[in-house]
Amino acid sequence: MPVQYYIFLSIALFCIGVMGVLMRRNAIIIFMCIELMLNAVNLLLVAFSKMWADAGKVDAGSAQLFVFFIMVVAAAEVAVGLAIITMVYRNTHSVDINILNRLKN
Amino acid sequence: MINLVWLVPFLPLLGFLVNGLGRRFLSKSLVGFVGSSTVLAAFVVSLMIFFQVKADGFTAQVVNLFDFISVGSLHIPFAFQVDQLSALFLLIITGVGTLIHIYSTSYMHDESNESFARYFAYLNLFVFSMLILVLGANYVMMFIGWEGVGLCSYLLIGFWFKNTSYNNAAKKAFIMNRIGDLGFLLGILFMIMQFGTVTFPEVFSKAAPLGMNSPVLGAIAMLLFVGAMGKSAQIPLYTWLPDAMAGPTPVSALIHAATMVTAGIYMIARSNVIYTLAPCIQTVVAIIGLATAVFAASIALKQNDIKKVLAYSTVSQLGYMFLALGVGAYGAAVFHVMTHAFFKALLFLGSGSVIHAMGGEQDIRKMGGLKKYMPTTNWTFLIGCIAIAGIPGFSGFFSKDEILAHAFGVNISYYVIGLIGALMTAFYMFRLYYITFCGQFRGTHEQEHHLHESPAAMTVPLIVLAILSVVGGYVGMPEVFGTKNFLAEYLAPIFAPSAPFAVTHHLSHSTEWLLMGLSSVLVIVMILLARQKFVNYQDTGAENTGLAKVLENKWYIDELYDAVIVKPLYELSRFFRDTVEKAGIDRLVNGVGRGVKWGSQQLRLVQTGNVGFYIFAMVISMIVLFVIGFLL
Repeated sequence: MPVQYYIFLSIALFCIGVMGVLMRRNAIIIFMCIELMLNAVNLLLVAFSKMWADAGKVDAGSAQLFVFFIMVVAAAEVAVGLAIITMVYRNTHSVDINILNRLKN
Repeated sequence: MINLVWLVPFLPLLGFLVNGLGRRFLSKSLVGFVGSSTVLAAFVVSLMIFFQVKADGFTAQVVNLFDFISVGSLHIPFAFQVDQLSALFLLIITGVGTLIHIYSTSYMHDESNESFARYFAYLNLFVFSMLILVLGANYVMMFIGWEGVGLCSYLLIGFWFKNTSYNNAAKKAFIMNRIGDLGFLLGILFMIMQFGTVTFPEVFSKAAPLGMNSPVLGAIAMLLFVGAMGKSAQIPLYTWLPDAMAGPTPVSALIHAATMVTAGIYMIARSNVIYTLAPCIQTVVAIIGLATAVFAASIALKQNDIKKVLAYSTVSQLGYMFLALGVGAYGAAVFHVMTHAFFKALLFLGSGSVIHAMGGEQDIRKMGGLKKYMPTTNWTFLIGCIAIAGIPGFSGFFSKDEILAHAFGVNISYYVIGLIGALMTAFYMFRLYYITFCGQFRGTHEQEHHLHESPAAMTVPLIVLAILSVVGGYVGMPEVFGTKNFLAEYLAPIFAPSAPFAVTHHLSHSTEWLLMGLSSVLVIVMILLARQKFVNYQDTGAENTGLAKVLENKWYIDELYDAVIVKPLYELSRFFRDTVEKAGIDRLVNGVGRGVKWGSQQLRLVQTGNVGFYIFAMVISMIVLFVIGFLL
């Protein structure tokens, strides 16, 4: 398959993620949208890696290493983020980000 | 032996460290011993080096200690150069230095323990810097010593720092020297730019192919001469030297008569190739030297402070040395440096002995008749006066006459003006002598009771210097007397590189005899005139009028500088303080502060605490960054 397909797919995924983050009020959805963006990037990395490997410019998989890094970071982020959201829910009984303005003042 | 040359500056440095660090707990006798013995030891080493240098067939040797600066193609080693010129200066500095150190142990004995040690520490540091100056194998080393002696001069002029006017004199000396030093520094930088080296032989060998009258050499020569003007107190930068008399008298003898002020002469004699190749700058040197010689001599005619007379006399004699350099008689200049070091140190130490006996009084109008109270000081001082006046047979005669003879060869007007200066010298020196030592005592009864001959530590250096003032001239006797001119022969290798370019004026023996006879007769006439006028001097207290008043006020040069330079500078700094600083810089700085404060007050409102807004701002910023990234 031409690499353009992957590019368009990941642009679409990334835009969905961005719009989700901007539009939604539910913290968990926002969180999932962030994951969506990260995975859009991962997809792109894998696609490009394959493209360059087919062209014989680089070793197969060298760029895919980044994907593992991103996954690890994302996992760590999920652990911390979900814990925060859990604590927020315990305190406010809500995960609506619009009421999370206690940091102000 | 030559390899041990580092010992010469190192020993005084050691003395400086011991006295400086131990000033709180060393006793006076120990401090005096350390101070004097280190310089004496340096003198002994110098003497051994001198005899080695004096031997036939000696060529200049460079002792490399370590690499000082090494940048790109420029290499400046920390190296000492031992040759005829530096060996001679080593002897003068350490020899006269030793005598003055010994003298100081007695002269400064009334000081407290700590300031006594401080005094000797400074004095040793001075000797160290001066030795670095003359031993340095390149201009940068010379500059290090040059700055060091300037610093020590400042510290010692302001030694009694509780007195504001002494401090002002110290600052004046330092600032005036800085003006000269800037010239010297620019000269060195220009040299590096043009030749890429500052080592003496390399600079000279690169200068020679440029030929006569090259603008590059002219500029370097002029810049170096500006440095010499400051350090050696020539017009227009001479006014600091008379004020420098605020320091203790042995300091005046060592720094402001015998050694430091001759650094400029040393530097030009060292750079003789450059100057010989720049005849127009040489003319400038000669004219400034001559003008200074006569001008300072005229001021000395009417001064009433014993040290001021000697100070102006020093300025005048330095003028003669520059005249000698200007007419290409480098050897004569160095010869005069040597004889001048002897008799002027003698005169200063003699005046110190007088001031000591008079309990700090320096006004010669309040002295008189000291001959019978202080016999040794009297006759040594008289020898000094005879030597500087130039009576045949004494050292000053030979050196000054050699300078005047060379001046005659170049331009007869130099000779005439120089002779007038020499006659004034004879007159003011004997005026000083007669007013101080002859006639009736004019001080208070209490002072008369206190009058005494100084102790041996002070009179022995006087006697040694008096002997040197008599015999010192015989090393450079002109050939007209049928003997060899030892000094000229000894120094010949130093001035050999410039010899091919030099214009020699040979005087016939009859002319030389005539010049000598003329100056001797006139000098004796002037001395008799001074004797007739001042031998029974009475202080009438009458105000001077006309020219005498102008002379007493030093031609109002200090006032002129004050009005033309100091006052406008004060005004300028007041303008900067009140207008530029307060209305300009302060307002700008405060404005920036206020702007930041206002801006942050506005920006604070962005922090709404709404997470959605933060994310929105983040996404927008990222998009903006991407757009910028694409566009650029």
